[in-house]
Amino acid sequence: MNAGTHSGRSDGGSLRGSSRAQLADTAATVTMWAIGGLVLLILGLIIVHFAIASLDVMSIGFLTGDTSESAVGGVFPIIWNSVYLLLFSLLLSLGILAGIYMSEYAARNRLTETIRFAEEAISSVPSIVVGMFGLILFVDTVHLPFCMLAGVLALTIFNLPLMTRLAEQALQAVPQSERQASLALGATKWQTIRHVVVPLGIPGLITGVILTAGRVFGEAAVLLFTAGQSVSTNLDFTNFNITDAASPYSPFRQGASLAVYVWDLNSNSINPYAHQIANGVAMVLIAIVLIFNLGARGLGRVLTRKLTAA
Amino acid sequence: MTTTIAQPAIRRVEVGTSKVADETASTAAGIKITAEHVWVKYNGKAAVRDVTVEIRERSILALIGPSGSGKSTFLRCFNRMNDLIPGASVEGDVCLDGENVQDQGVSAVELRRRVGMVFQRPNPFPMSIYENVAYGPRRRGMGDKARLDDLVETSLKRAALWDEVKDDFRKKSGLALSGGQQQRLCIARVLATDPEVILMDEPASALDPVSTLRIEELMRELREQYTIVIVTHNMQQAARVSDITAFFTMGEDRAGYLVEVGATGRMFTNPTERLTEDYISGRFG
Repeated sequence: MNAGTHSGRSDGGSLRGSSRAQLADTAATVTMWAIGGLVLLILGLIIVHFAIASLDVMSIGFLTGDTSESAVGGVFPIIWNSVYLLLFSLLLSLGILAGIYMSEYAARNRLTETIRFAEEAISSVPSIVVGMFGLILFVDTVHLPFCMLAGVLALTIFNLPLMTRLAEQALQAVPQSERQASLALGATKWQTIRHVVVPLGIPGLITGVILTAGRVFGEAAVLLFTAGQSVSTNLDFTNFNITDAASPYSPFRQGASLAVYVWDLNSNSINPYAHQIANGVAMVLIAIVLIFNLGARGLGRVLTRKLTAA
Repeated sequence: MTTTIAQPAIRRVEVGTSKVADETASTAAGIKITAEHVWVKYNGKAAVRDVTVEIRERSILALIGPSGSGKSTFLRCFNRMNDLIPGASVEGDVCLDGENVQDQGVSAVELRRRVGMVFQRPNPFPMSIYENVAYGPRRRGMGDKARLDDLVETSLKRAALWDEVKDDFRKKSGLALSGGQQQRLCIARVLATDPEVILMDEPASALDPVSTLRIEELMRELREQYTIVIVTHNMQQAARVSDITAFFTMGEDRAGYLVEVGATGRMFTNPTERLTEDYISGRFG
């Protein structure tokens, strides 16, 4: 029950709660509801705003067409670039392995504490700085062209440490009693990790993947200097030669992501419909992010079920 | 619940000397576990001081004593769960069938398959009842479905849980059971790994009285096949289920030590040590 019913001793044994405690309880509840409601409201406003604003350009053609098809054109190549970057950066999930090491094997000492600090510090470096660093390292020094590969590598600089840290936290949240139960049954450490710790940590791991890989969608600053701003047109999906920079599958191809395209439209474009197109692209971006989040959570549920059975 | 002297346990015959050796000699069964001069230290500080005790095969040893007397820590020496605690070290000899479990060559994994453990809080995995029981055997590589099915059913029956779950044990989550059922599931899970010894760390302390009695009945049944060591705060429980009782207390150095060990009936009616008498009569602890 609420705190009030227990604190009524001062007014002569009456069961009526102390008004101060009850007031504080009510105030806290209302505040938290309000903040929670505000978060939902903001999300709702963003979606509704861009859904309406994008009506000017939104059509099947906008989603499937090429940028050069008409004055408005389509954004399919840009969507392709973003999805390509995303799938490429799912390799970041390798950070989960590092997270498993940090959570289950690494000793707690000065060195590992320093690593944890570094992981968090790197992931909070402003992305424009990471972009510049990527430019210097991958383009100027390693002599990669502006390309998807350079973009993904630059993203990895701050995403991989973050993925590692989030994975470690996800696994640390698995109760120690579950590990003990498994070990006491004669399971090896690896079996315990494989059959208990990781399956139970999946919701947290999925959150980590969403936060990091999902960041690829929103990231413009890092990609500006590394993957380039080229608005690819006329993608030839029959060209499977991945060493050819013209192939849509090639990591050496230059291409703008959705977020870079929004930035480009709003700052450089001479297209008279730039603003409307930007609204449309923003809506597409929001939709893809939502689909990705929901898809990842659904996948997480399936994974948990698969891993804890058999 | 610390009341006066508990009733001597059911069907107690041997009442007598204080020496464990005499008591064990009186039975045909051999010694399953010996602990000799066992110390457990956390970062060099003793938590268990110089404990020597023998455990007969197919008997129940109860470790009783106040909080902080090192009972659980001592229990964890038998399956080397103390290995998992950073800074913990065990000195002295703990032997299972004459083999020192602390030896370099002994695999903790193999040891824990022979020495199972039930924890204070029921901790089933968030999986189906079936998968909970099949967990140990699967990790040992048992993949044959018919054999697993058999083993799961037998284990659930032995743990007196089968009748309550037989209709939905393949689908129902282990977490959907009541506390007492969960603990019996944890016992079934241990039985499925075919252990020789079962360690129980206050297995009924989180359960209601009815569930507690069921666990105790179960322990008496399991005693026919297994060697059981139980840590308990509940003296009536020790009196009801155990054959031998070991009383621990905490010394001035805050290390737990063994005060006295003997046949349960005698320990509760005629303890040798003043400390034991004070504890079981509720004057301390």
